[in-house]
Amino acid sequence: MKTSTSRRDFLRISTTSAFVLALGFSSDSKGKLLKKVSTTGVQINPYININEAGKVTLFNPRPDMGQGTYQILPMLLAEELDIPLEQVEIQMTDGSDRFGSQLSGGSSSVRTRWIPLRTAGATVREMLVQAAANRWKISMNDCSTKDGFVINKLSQAKLSYGELVEEASHLPVPTKPKLKSFAEFTQLGKPSMRPDVPAKVDGTAIFGMDVQLPGMLYASIVHSPTIYGKVQSYDATKAMAVKGVRFVLKTERVFFHGPYSDSGGFDQKLRGKAEAIAVVSESYWSALKAKKLIQVSWNALGFGETATEQYFNQAKAAALHEGNEYKDAKVGDFAKALQLSDYKVQGTYQTPFMSHAPMEPCNATVFVQGDQVEVWAPIQGPDGLVNDLATYLGVKRENIKINVTFMGGAFGRKAVFDFVMQAANLSKQVNAPVKVIWTREDDIQQGPYRPGMISAMQGGLDKDGNVLAFEHRLNGASIMASIFKADMRNNPDPWAGEGINLEDSPYAFPARRNSFNWIDPQMPVLWWRSVYASTNVFAQESFMDELAAEVEKDPLDLRLHLLRDSPKFVAVLNKLAEISDYRAKRKQGVSIGIAIARSFASIVAHAIVVEKQKAGVKIKHVYSVIDCGFPLNPDNIKAQVESNIVYGLSAAVCNQITRTHGKTDQSNFHEYTVLRQGEIPASTIFVMPSQEEPGGVGEPGLPPIAPALCNAVFLATGKRVRTLPFDLSSI
Amino acid sequence: MSIYQLTVNKKKHRVDVDSDTPLLWVIRDVIGYTGTKFGCGMGFCGACTVLLNGSPIRSCSTPVSTLKPTDKITTIEGLSEKATHPVQEAWVEAQVPQCGYCQSGQILAASALLASNPNPSDEDIDTAMAGNICRCGTYTRMRQAIHSAAKKIQSTKKS
Repeated sequence: MKTSTSRRDFLRISTTSAFVLALGFSSDSKGKLLKKVSTTGVQINPYININEAGKVTLFNPRPDMGQGTYQILPMLLAEELDIPLEQVEIQMTDGSDRFGSQLSGGSSSVRTRWIPLRTAGATVREMLVQAAANRWKISMNDCSTKDGFVINKLSQAKLSYGELVEEASHLPVPTKPKLKSFAEFTQLGKPSMRPDVPAKVDGTAIFGMDVQLPGMLYASIVHSPTIYGKVQSYDATKAMAVKGVRFVLKTERVFFHGPYSDSGGFDQKLRGKAEAIAVVSESYWSALKAKKLIQVSWNALGFGETATEQYFNQAKAAALHEGNEYKDAKVGDFAKALQLSDYKVQGTYQTPFMSHAPMEPCNATVFVQGDQVEVWAPIQGPDGLVNDLATYLGVKRENIKINVTFMGGAFGRKAVFDFVMQAANLSKQVNAPVKVIWTREDDIQQGPYRPGMISAMQGGLDKDGNVLAFEHRLNGASIMASIFKADMRNNPDPWAGEGINLEDSPYAFPARRNSFNWIDPQMPVLWWRSVYASTNVFAQESFMDELAAEVEKDPLDLRLHLLRDSPKFVAVLNKLAEISDYRAKRKQGVSIGIAIARSFASIVAHAIVVEKQKAGVKIKHVYSVIDCGFPLNPDNIKAQVESNIVYGLSAAVCNQITRTHGKTDQSNFHEYTVLRQGEIPASTIFVMPSQEEPGGVGEPGLPPIAPALCNAVFLATGKRVRTLPFDLSSI
Repeated sequence: MSIYQLTVNKKKHRVDVDSDTPLLWVIRDVIGYTGTKFGCGMGFCGACTVLLNGSPIRSCSTPVSTLKPTDKITTIEGLSEKATHPVQEAWVEAQVPQCGYCQSGQILAASALLASNPNPSDEDIDTAMAGNICRCGTYTRMRQAIHSAAKKIQSTKKS
């Protein structure tokens, strides 16, 4: 059939059968879970496939790591298409161009797809209605849609979408389909059950770890203990003697998005890739056993004496000087305003390097067959992976097929694909499908890490307690330099300014200055849940309480005053005060601390009640308010706030990554500890009603949690925590 | 390699593996039940929890040679028919899982707790569930779900 140019981009008629990995719903009890299903049917646009039996398949372009995209993005389509999500099959997109950007990151999935996916759903619905109206010879206005049917309002006759899809696909694509108003939503805007949950309680959900292919080999990796490094020599004799072991090979680990050489740009010297040794075996257990028997002599390439202590000393020294200024945070003349202040306050805050430590360690299964590449992996962005693999392997993008599985957590870690490239490298070498599985030790010792940061804060106040000047100097590694090799010696890392720029932090200071001093971390650093907001908001919101204490003002009142021109912030704070009974008189030793931050387009405030113990303090309760615009699934929004409370508190009171002599000091969960059942405070979470466009949900709950806790600790004990993590039981 | 006889989810399996192979990899890679997960390999995280004669164990650090053919091993796939165990139903009702990776282990640990203690206190839950890490932080919902499963089991018994 003939298609016009304008239609070609949008309208895709699929007449051939395609096979895809059906995630999470296999009924095969043997666990060989690569169930293949046919998607034969008509695709009116890339996200929606309807076959003539009426089966609707919706494509989710944002991989799910637990944040809920598997439900909410298809629901954007289903809402406008007028079909209950329970009636559709959900599949993940495969990284191909027609789906656009497919990266789950920056809490951006709904924000960026809110209009495009709804438009896609509304477009198809309108074409189906037109097809029905044509058949009935009535006006489209005399038609309605419900539950996958077009209904003739005059005769009450109805036609299923399956009966109409072929005709609809020949119609012109409407250019301005009408989107529903919030009031017209039947699925969005109320608590709803996530469709992935049943498969996650009976063991059938397929994670990357669970992928099995015929003839597949397993690989374990001996990485350079200094992360960067080259193999000088190795002895594989003992490893080769382990039954099942097929190969012991040199492989490599590439860092970020190329170029995969040691001369790719700023900060790239010797850091494009590291060498590694792989054991490729018939079972993972034999690969693991053999790995321990390999003797490798490493060349640390000069990274053998790096240490986080040294890094922090450099950052503290840099903090004595103003860094490269952020234009989006500049107000007035800070130096002058500070000079005119009656009270001057300073505080230097330190946040540690962190590992993401998702429950599912990095793993990937790749089969390279000549110039054809197929991948099964838990990754945050299949389109980015296609790009990286094409460059790395020198194959055409269209020859690469990505099967995205569920991720057993990611928190930013699985947005880079070093572990997938390793599997590709090995599959190419051994000419078989290879599943690479990192151990927990690989995960914790190899990075990339959230950068540790030093925040040097300065503030000035007048006699009446008004803040006149406010400065935040960020000192530390640049994620942008690490990932994209950008030169940050003379520029502020733009991501590092998030959460504390004027849009995210509209405190009405008459003078304000944020700046950034780049420090070379000598290790790969990466986004970690909420990126730099997880560190700089700790400093800023703690320092707000230091200013309040200096002039004996109530911390809530100080914030309400400085945010008086930002009604959404005020509303969140007032709601927080209400649900936490903030102004209640509390007994001696019991205190409430607060913090507020906007990140990823949503505002979250926490209040934490702590009680002083004989030694240390105990967290009694966490109260939280989130304004993330129109709440699409309020129950999942609460779940994400709960998640951020736990993830953020773990980072505040449990774990950190330290490195000495070029090596990471922690190796597994006994050293990189996390909060467990019994260590979690009760929480009360309020989701603000809103008619505004949705904001992010997966990360904004994290930044204000640590400062709320430390502010409460200060009020209960008089001790100001400026370095994380700290020990709750001894503070 | 040696032959071992195992009873997993009421079915007998003969497996030919090295004697030091952890039960985890036998269940996943040889028998094919992938609901049991690898998380840390050292018994710290609980993602690999299965039931051995009704009690939770860490399959990642249980060599296959330590098991008897009569030992009853239960994985998440064998906990119930069609996910109808009260703990699984409570888990769905409370929308507990996020990423879901640790949940097989959590559910098995919770089911073992309720089998031995039908009305657990918060402290009992803390103790029984302390070995299972959840990085998504679903702890509060798990606690609620355990309490509601306990109520459900009790009301079923009464009626």
